[in-house]
Order: sequence, then C-alpha cells, then structure tokens
Amino acid sequence: MNLQFIADGLIMGALIGLGAIGVTLTYSILRFANFAHGEFLAWGTYFTLLLTAAIGALVGGSGTLGALSFGWPVILAGVIAALLTGLVALALDRILFARLRQRGNAIVMVMASFGASMALRSLLEFLFTSEPKYFSRDIQIALPLGLGIRLTPDQLFLLLLTVILVVAMERFMTKSPIGRAMRAVSENPVLARVAGVDVDRVIRATWMIGAALACAAGVMLGITVQVRPFMGFDLLLPLFAAAILGGIGSVPGAVLGGLIVGIAEAAAVQVVGADYRAAIAFLILIAVLLIRPAGIFGVRE
Amino acid sequence: MLDILAYAAFFLVTALTYGIICLGLNVQWGQTGLFNVGVAGFVAIGAYTSALLTTPDAAGRFGGFGLPVWLGWIAAPLVAGAAAALIGAITLRLRADYLAITTFGIAIAIQLVALNAETLTGGPFGIGFIPRAFAGLEDQPVIFNLANLLLVGLVTALLYYGLERLTRSPWGRVLRAIREDETAAQSLGKNANLFRIQAFALGSAIMGLGGAIGAHFIGFIAPENYVSAMTFQVWAMLIIGGSGNNKGALLGAVLVWGLWSASGALLAAFVPAEYQARAAALQIVFIGVALAALLVFRPRGLLGEEKIVSRFLKD
Amino acid sequence: MSEPLLAIEGLAAGYEPGAAIVRGVSLAVKAGEIVTILGPNGAGKSTFIKAIAGLVPKFAGTVKLGGSDITRMPAHLLARQGLGFVPQTENVFTLMSIADNLRLAADILPKPERAAKIEEMLKLFPDLDRQRSLAAGRLSGGQRQMLAVARALIAGPRILMLDEASAGLSPKLVGQVFAKLADIRKRGITIVMVEQNAKAALALADRAIILAEGRTAHEGRSADIASDPQIRQLYLGLAPARGAA
Repeated sequence: MNLQFIADGLIMGALIGLGAIGVTLTYSILRFANFAHGEFLAWGTYFTLLLTAAIGALVGGSGTLGALSFGWPVILAGVIAALLTGLVALALDRILFARLRQRGNAIVMVMASFGASMALRSLLEFLFTSEPKYFSRDIQIALPLGLGIRLTPDQLFLLLLTVILVVAMERFMTKSPIGRAMRAVSENPVLARVAGVDVDRVIRATWMIGAALACAAGVMLGITVQVRPFMGFDLLLPLFAAAILGGIGSVPGAVLGGLIVGIAEAAAVQVVGADYRAAIAFLILIAVLLIRPAGIFGVRE
Repeated sequence: MLDILAYAAFFLVTALTYGIICLGLNVQWGQTGLFNVGVAGFVAIGAYTSALLTTPDAAGRFGGFGLPVWLGWIAAPLVAGAAAALIGAITLRLRADYLAITTFGIAIAIQLVALNAETLTGGPFGIGFIPRAFAGLEDQPVIFNLANLLLVGLVTALLYYGLERLTRSPWGRVLRAIREDETAAQSLGKNANLFRIQAFALGSAIMGLGGAIGAHFIGFIAPENYVSAMTFQVWAMLIIGGSGNNKGALLGAVLVWGLWSASGALLAAFVPAEYQARAAALQIVFIGVALAALLVFRPRGLLGEEKIVSRFLKD
Repeated sequence: MSEPLLAIEGLAAGYEPGAAIVRGVSLAVKAGEIVTILGPNGAGKSTFIKAIAGLVPKFAGTVKLGGSDITRMPAHLLARQGLGFVPQTENVFTLMSIADNLRLAADILPKPERAAKIEEMLKLFPDLDRQRSLAAGRLSGGQRQMLAVARALIAGPRILMLDEASAGLSPKLVGQVFAKLADIRKRGITIVMVEQNAKAALALADRAIILAEGRTAHEGRSADIASDPQIRQLYLGLAPARGAA
C-alpha cells in the first residue's frame, strides 16, 4: 500500500489546523460561528502575493532559499500580510460585528458573517478574477523519506512552520497574560470583567491572532496548491469540522482536528476518488455531532 | 409590446419561485429563529427529485420515470422535508450555530452529489427535457408564460394563505414563543426540539417545492444553479422584505430578483465582454454589503414583523 | 465625620430601561466597616451590588469610591480602582487551575508585584496552596468560595463586595468563610456583603441595610436590627429574638 496519502493529508491537515485555531477562538470568545473566516485565508494569501511582487520589484530578483521554491521576499511578505489580514478582521469587527454584538443575538452575527464572507470573496474575484495564481511555477523534486513517502522541500518547511506556530500558540495561551485573559473570557465573560480583564482588548487580540494564522494557512495552501478567490471558502467546512471535532475553544484540539480531517480526506481520496473529497469533512462533522458534540478536548457543546 | 408582456410574466414566475423558497425560509428563520445556510441544497433536492420522477427514461442515468408533473411537485417537498427532518434531529438539540454549520455542509454535500453522481443526477451537465407545465403552448411564449404565471401565482397564493393560517394557529404561536423566550423553550424541553424539527422540515419542504417549480418552468437543471450564491440571494430577499412577515418574504423576493435581473441586464448591455465576470462579482459584493448593512441599520426590513402576532407576544 | 469610602446616592438600576429593580437606594460605607445588605427574595439586593460593580446598567444616582465618581466606570476598570467583587455563582474559572485563576487576577498589577501577591494569597488560604495546579472546577463549594475571595483580594482592593458568599454552604463552612472575612477586615479591607443568611451576617457586620422592593426599608447597627422583633419577622424571616430585652 502506498502511504504517500498520509504525507499529503498531513500537509492539508496542518493548514486546516492553523485555520481552525481562528475559528475555534472566535467561536469560544466572540461566541459565534464566523463564516467569513475562510476569507481571511484568501485575503491573507492575496496580500502576500501582492507584497511579494512589490518586494521583488523594489529590491529586484526573487531569490529562493536553499531548495525551497520561494525566498525571503515571500516570508517577509507573509509576515506583513498576516498583520494586514488582522487589520481587515479588526475593521470588519468595527463596522459590522461590534454593532451587532451589542444586540446580543449570536445567530444574527452568524448571518452577518455569511454576508461579509460573500462580499469579501466576491471583492477578491472582482479585483483578481477567478483565474488561479501561483507563487511559483517551478516543479519541485520530492525527497523520499522512506516507506514510499515523498515530500517536497516546501512541504517540509511548511510542516515545520506549523509545528513552530502551534507550539508558540499553545505557550501563548497558557503562559501569557493575554492568553489567560482569552481563556477567561471564553469561559465566563462576566467574571473576566470582574477580574479586571478588558474584554474589548481580548476581542481585538482574538481577531488579530485568528486572522494572522488564517493568513499563514492560506499562504501554505497557496504555495502547495494555488491561489484562488474561493480557496478559503472551499476550506470553510473542513475548518468548522476540525474546530468542532477538537472541541470548541481548544487550540490543540483544533490542530488535532485539522490533522484528522486532512488525513481522513486524503485516505478517502484513495478509496472513493477525489470527487467526494469535500464531503468527508461533512461526514466527520455529522459523526462528531452524533457521538460527541463537545469534541475531543471540549467541555461543553 | 407582447415581448414585454412575455418577459414580465417570465420574470414574475421566476420571482415567485424565489418567493416560495423565501416563504420556506421565513418559516425557519422568521417564525422559529432557525438559521439555514443550506437553502440551495434543499431547493436542489426538490428540483432533482421532481426531475428524476418526471423526465422520460434516459440512457445512462437512473430513472426518468415519466410520471406526471403534479406528482413531482408533491414528491419534491416530501423528500426535501424528510432530509431536513433528519438533519434537524441531529443538530437542533445542539447550539444554534451548529445548525448553520451543518446546513452549510449539507449544501456542499448535495452539490457534490449533483456534480459527481452522474448516473443519478446527470453530473455537471445536469438534467434536461424536464416536462413543463402547459408544454403544448410553448411555441406561443406570451400565452405559455402567462399560463405558468397563473399556475405559480395560484400555488403561491395557496401557500401564502396556508402559512398565514399556520402563523396564527397555536402551532405558530408555540414556534414564536420558543424563538422569543428561552425559558418558555426550556420549559417545553424535548417538545421544543420537536417543534423546531417540524418547522425546519416544513420550511425545507417548501424550498423543495420551489425547486421543483423552478425546474419544471425552465425545463433544465444543473448543479451550478444551486450554489451558495442562491442561498445568499434568498436570505437577502427575506431580510430586505422583513423576516417574520410572509408578505415581506414575497415582496423581498420580487424586489431583489428585480434588482438582480435589472443590474444583470445593465451589465450585459454596457460592460465589455472581458469584464463581465468581474462585474458579476461586484453584483454579489453589493448584495453582501446590503445584507450586512440592513442587519445593522434596519434589521426589521421593509415591512417588519407582522403586528398581530407581536401583539399576542406582548400581552 | 470623615468622608465615607463608598458613597452611593439615589441609585436606580435594572436590566431593561423602564424596569428598574433597584429604585433609589443610598448607602455610605466608612473605611474599615463591614456592612451587610439584607432583605427578602426579589428585594433587589443582588441587582444593587451588581450595579455598583458595573455589571447591571444604572439609570440614576451616583457611586463614589474614595471621593472619586465611579458611576460610569466599566467593570474591568473598577477592579483596578480598588473595588473587588465576588459574584454569587460561577465565581471561579472552572477550566483554569487555581494558580491560573490567581495569575489572571494578578495580571492587572505591575509585573514585579504579581508573584509575591499570589504567594501572599496562597499563604492566607493554605487549602488552595496545597493544590495549585488543580482545575478550579474540581474544588468543593467552600474551597471555591475561598478561591473566589482570594481572586478578588489579589488586586489589593480597598473594598470587597460579596454577593451571598454563604449560599449553598453548610453551617460549618459558612462559619469558616465568615471567619476569613473577619480576618480580611483586620487587614484594613472594607466589606460590603449581600446575604440571605441574616443571622450569621448580622453577627459579623457592624451595620446592616435592609432592602424591600428596591428601596431601603431599614438601616442601622447590626445589634439594633438583630434585636428588633418587627424587622426580624417582617424582613429577615427570623423568629423573634430570644432573650432580647
């Protein structure tokens, strides 16, 4: 049996996991399922693409790092793009979600996020057309890792990046004051205020972090596959499935959920072909809701 | 002149089809507060069900049973409603937004089946030769469209009347109580859930009927007709017209479909061919912004929720 | 007479505009006092204390702490101003460890002071010290109440407000919690406590205010209130005092 699908699933799962962190944090802290989260992936990736081109034009050349298909311009662009994506999220909160939050109807926020998702995605389509774009057209040689598994240098780099981001994120949530405050607001916003937590600040941090990680996930997808306006929207169901599977509010849960969804998708492609790939996340979602709605690490539904 | 009349009738039939779907959404959202992001999926179930039952036998595809159109119109809501009841039973006992996520998922799953299960759905090319009502009049577009308008108008009127009755019935009042008052919902306990499932299934059944009517009017269906943009349009219709108000649902449908068609026609006439796709994307941006702006500035929509029932709630 | 530490004038508050639950209550608390707020169910005691803590909208009146107006100050800033509040229920973060509950509260202090303050609290509550890394959700009712008080004390409040700290506790535990409150007062912290358990509260407090239907029904020294047979019967649900003159 060819085990290559595990490697493919791992890559996909890693980026689903990164994206799902934002979903799970928004869900537990702002208390609504954000359908616009997928657009943060897409916007972050287009920002990175534009900035990479701008850096290339300014400095000249688009050098590559070692065996990777991209170089420091992409990395620098990605960091700036993560910030910009965070600002998009903050702006969206300012003009839309903050106003609805005061009315206290979570499901209206879900609906608004659905409208925002449609508008943001179509805006990308308007600006860049639905034509796919690429970070690099070079074909990479995959390195054999044994057991018949091969990974390209890009994929290895991205897996490593995911590990670093996830470990950093977990430490941030458990050790830093803002991470503690985020956990506190997620469990009990009233008590958090009593304890001196500035909930508005926690909300801003949640948007920035979720959007920045979404940007990272989007760029990973852009580098390993392609860049399209629908790239985030098409990933939305896997993101939700991963967040719910892992348990709402749990960062390690979101990542584990992402890996499970990614590997399950890749395995299913082996069995039923690629046509029904997108239905796997749906099946996992239904299974979780039936068997354990609180998810793996979750404490509440 | 006759052309205009034919087009007006054609436009109204399409708008009323959306209106029917919108009435279904109003049962779910307007009356019961259930957020369905998979409207297009339930519409597709209805359309495909009816198409499979009524089309003539087709080579390489399951079915084509050649049954009469009216049977398709009955079967479509039954199948869509049953699918919704199943989904509802799984998700409605959980947090409210899980329904949103699950319905979003089911719409995607249905889209995949429509695209890939070629022996069932005809795949990307869809299903053609769906029998149309008054097919004998097809070569006289004015009369054909007017006859269809009469029929669809009649169905819409009946549906409107039935839903108005239902809204004022004890059943409708329970739904609103569940939506408005968490404690009332909790005191009903498991029963509240049963009411939610019923409302969700009824709403989706109506969407399925809308799907069947649309399919039989156009005579042709394909997966690309049932994407998230459709869900989004129907939502915009309901929110603009005024959720919780059946008149509002119909008004919103005619209005939004009118704006959509008019802006589409303008784009086609004045935007150069190479920018058409971009301009179409901009159309959706505007609807998205409009929907969000309405939620912020005028959540009641044009007509707002009907007073009769609100008064009942206030006492 | 010195200026009161906490001065509330004509406070009206409630959850929805036009439906005030507290309807014009005034109260002055001097530094170092223990004042208890008593009254029958639905009198607005909890709403009153939550409004002071910034958790329930205020419609009218003023609240001053140490002379400065805090009427419109958001809840999270009140903690920094020296007003500590212990809610009646859900008053610890059950998913977080005891240590993290305390760290969270200490985060509003300047960084160098945080660790020392946490250690000080753990010394004051040795029960908590023994199980620092335990999730607070696994504590017993009495220990939870202690953690909630410790959490409120970390920021170094001038005044500590408690909403029915004795609710749901056995008489023995009530005794322990109230003994702790007496200790806390000895450290110079003023205490305002809403109580159902009138008997225990009057034994601890210097003064009491009795609310009924959102207004002040009585106010006076604890001893006087405890010995007034009419008040005992009307508002506190206690038998007429035995041995009272």
